[in-house]
Amino acid sequence: MIQPHRSHTLFLAFLLHRISGLLLALFLPIHFWVLSLTLTAPNEFDSMLAWSDNSFVKLAEFVLVFLLAVHIFGGLRLIALELLDWNSGQKTAAASAVAIAVFVSGIFLLRAI
Amino acid sequence: MQSETVKMNVSVWRGNRRDGGYLSYKVPMEDNQTILDVVTWIQHNEDPTLSYRFACRVGMCGSCAMMVNGIPRWTCRTHVKKVLKDNAIKVAPLRNLPVIKDLATDMDRFFDNWNKAGGVHHSDQTRNDEIELIDPNKPARKIVDAGIECINCAVCFAACDTVSGNDQYLGPAALNRAWTLVNDEKDADRPGILDLVSGNGGCHNCHSQGSCSEYCPNELDPMVAIAGLKRETMRHLISQGKTDA
Ligand code: SF4
Ligand code: SF4
Ligand code: FES
Repeated sequence: MIQPHRSHTLFLAFLLHRISGLLLALFLPIHFWVLSLTLTAPNEFDSMLAWSDNSFVKLAEFVLVFLLAVHIFGGLRLIALELLDWNSGQKTAAASAVAIAVFVSGIFLLRAI
Repeated sequence: MQSETVKMNVSVWRGNRRDGGYLSYKVPMEDNQTILDVVTWIQHNEDPTLSYRFACRVGMCGSCAMMVNGIPRWTCRTHVKKVLKDNAIKVAPLRNLPVIKDLATDMDRFFDNWNKAGGVHHSDQTRNDEIELIDPNKPARKIVDAGIECINCAVCFAACDTVSGNDQYLGPAALNRAWTLVNDEKDADRPGILDLVSGNGGCHNCHSQGSCSEYCPNELDPMVAIAGLKRETMRHLISQGKTDA
């Protein structure tokens, strides 16, 4: 359970940013390894592509695109807060970052299915 | 009056630095009642040994802050009706500070940090100098004005998870104070303050979680003040690099 003093928008934004960052750090090496197969082992890459066609993998990819988008836009919000002296409406900005991430990853999912 | 017979369940943390636990009390409900009133009622009617702090009772002195249902609050201005949950209230000493007894915490770390963050006025003038006029409409002065109404209640300090995780961290109130001085034309050692707040435990430890700004009872925004310090310390570093080169 999230402790009472942590249940507010900007703390949840912090949590989302941390978790998405950690998951991306775990996922991205695998992602680049798979991409490297195109050069080193094209056959294996093809079978990987075929495997990635199933819907579970598609859903997982949707989650990953969401994580990436939410980390990018959430990160832009923090950079703007700290470097640009743009600091009114932080809660709205954090919520918008999530909304844009849902939008971007939603389009990705719709195109994938 | 019927409302006087309605009672709420109040659990209050009792104990010292080493051990303790929650004790339960039944406290009569009033139409108009603050958490501080509840604690005082318990001390007057149930147990005179209950220790807690308060002074002004009107939100000026900053001495009455406690954890109320898990959230740090100024108790003299927190109405029971606002926080009552299932007819119950849980009152505990402020987080992140060692308990002395019951609801009274040892606030040394909190106040020491003000000095560590350079939070005293640095003057280069004497009493014989003319008093400098400061235009209240200057942008820098407006930044100062936005941050000076701090009552040192330590609500932000108790809310901050960086304070809990890093015992070097200066904390939101001390850094907010430093930010007001960095913007104060009359302060004669502003670069010195920037050095103090950019070291170990300084502003760059803050994760912008914003719990400080969420709960500050005076609606100050330490998170934004700290973001300002991050920016100024970076600018300071870069311009120093240029002059050194
Ligand atoms: S914004 Fe910074 S100072 Fe405020 S609660 Fe979060 S970590 Fe602490
Ligand atoms: S900044 Fe706000 S919460 Fe923190 S000590 Fe000052 S008044 Fe209290
Ligand atoms: S008693 Fe002074 S602020 Fe609450």
